[in-house]
Amino acid sequence: MTPALETRALVKRFGGLVVTNDVSLSVAPGARHALIGPNGAGKTTIINLLTGALTPSSGRILIGGEDMTDATPFARVKKGMARTFQINQLFDDLTPLESMVLAVSERLGHGTRFWRPLASDRQAAAEAADILERFRLADVMCLPTRGLPYGKQRLLEIALAIALKPKVLLLDEPAAGVPEEDRHEVLTIVRDLPTDVTVVLIEHDMDLVFSFADRISVLAAGRLFAEGSVADISRNPDVKAIYLGDAA
Amino acid sequence: MSRLPRQALASAFLHRKARWKPLEFAFWITALGAAFAFPSQQLLLSEIAILALFALSLDLIVGYAGILSLGHAAFFGIGAYAAGLISLHAVAEPVTGLILSGAIAGLAGLATSFLVLRGSDLTKLMTTFGVSMLLAEAANQAAWLTGGADGLSGIVIDPIVGLFEFDLFGRTGYLYCLGVLFAAMFIARRIVNSPFGLSLKAIKRNSRRAAMLGISPNRRIVAIYTLSALYAGFSGALLTQTTSFVSPDVLAFHRSADVLLVLVLGGVGYLYGGVIGAVIFTVLRAWLSVVTPQYWMFWIGLILVALVLVGRDRISPARLLAGLRARTGRPASSPAQHQKEEA
Repeated sequence: MTPALETRALVKRFGGLVVTNDVSLSVAPGARHALIGPNGAGKTTIINLLTGALTPSSGRILIGGEDMTDATPFARVKKGMARTFQINQLFDDLTPLESMVLAVSERLGHGTRFWRPLASDRQAAAEAADILERFRLADVMCLPTRGLPYGKQRLLEIALAIALKPKVLLLDEPAAGVPEEDRHEVLTIVRDLPTDVTVVLIEHDMDLVFSFADRISVLAAGRLFAEGSVADISRNPDVKAIYLGDAA
Repeated sequence: MSRLPRQALASAFLHRKARWKPLEFAFWITALGAAFAFPSQQLLLSEIAILALFALSLDLIVGYAGILSLGHAAFFGIGAYAAGLISLHAVAEPVTGLILSGAIAGLAGLATSFLVLRGSDLTKLMTTFGVSMLLAEAANQAAWLTGGADGLSGIVIDPIVGLFEFDLFGRTGYLYCLGVLFAAMFIARRIVNSPFGLSLKAIKRNSRRAAMLGISPNRRIVAIYTLSALYAGFSGALLTQTTSFVSPDVLAFHRSADVLLVLVLGGVGYLYGGVIGAVIFTVLRAWLSVVTPQYWMFWIGLILVALVLVGRDRISPARLLAGLRARTGRPASSPAQHQKEEA
């Protein structure tokens, strides 16, 4: 089967510093693939390379079997790639509803309509409301995003990506900074993501990784250090040494 | 309300946000009434309407596309000169002249919009500044076309659509300017409340996220920049048509600076800021230049600094009202706050 997402010998250099070193990943459709590694291992750089925020020094990126190495970020989104950010990237003075309607209408290709009022697009409004409901944001959907509790903002961060109906979803530390009492809600949402969406999870939280992922890639110093099933990785003594040992 | 399905609630909310507010109706009725209530002030009122349209056009790029411009007079000037030349050499009917002049300014906006797609805010600011300086000097040098430093005179404007003659007191002129301002506001409102308008807000607020929603910003910025230039061109043309004169002053730097000041006075990013700013600025200038002819800029400057430092929120009527209520012991009413959120 064609991988949903593939990198071939991906390299990124900043001057003399190699932050991504010959990384070849293959993520099967529908997989729950976790990317772990100590701080500075180059996890976020890989996300930025995948989404097109950074250009690789060499190597290829394929989405759904198609070479997208040179595609713009927008083209990759249209191809079905979505991401969430480690630090919320929201529209502070828009309401969650407006943010969602924006995301939905962009996916529907309605974003360049300049004469029809937002409210007249019942399809976009209905879909936006549905997703907000699903993400437990319906009660706050008409309040400015800025004032929402962090946990809710975190949910909106994920909901915005889901609104694009992605084939591949890159989750950059979805639980980061979420207070303990809201944590469960975020984890449930992550666990209940549609099964046809391929998810690449970057996470520090080992509980989340082990409960969520079916496959794990371990990065260290920009290199792919190990890859395997959850059982393989949790038993791997080298991984323990470089990563789990440190974290424990 | 909570019994309504979520979808209906969502649609209702979006609808309410885009709805014409009572204050808007009040404003336009007052503006129309002013044509009859102040027969001796029609020229001042025209000036306000023209400045309001100019500031509205600036708000489209500053408030919605996030491009700070210090050279918006370029398009105002193009519109003004185009209107003068068109009435001298082609058609003297003002509506035709207005549309053509706006279109020419819009084309100039389209051509220069590519210069403001890249670089930091400072780069964009300097680019717009540079473009307007180039134009001002070009207009000054091309005396065969623009009359150079003397400007264009002898402009005769026919009655509007052949029916309404410009009168000596300027009432026709004011109603004409107000009509154009209203049409421009109607269209601008429609656009900012569309999916396209929402995407502009998104690009301005958070371009990283907007890109990750699949929004390719450049074409949208080009579109709104062009519209803004078109509006600025309209306002310049209105000035020519109501004063029957064009001087190089229409391209001068102070015009770009004034319009930015006007917009900041009234508030950025909600369309009416430019209109309110134009009223405040023009009335203050008229009043202060009588009271203290030498120092009126001093007072404008002082007000501007106070406004920016204190923050508009804290001196907005809704806030003052709420503060007053709190002081007198009555609870601040929620509708007032609601209205503020919507505005």
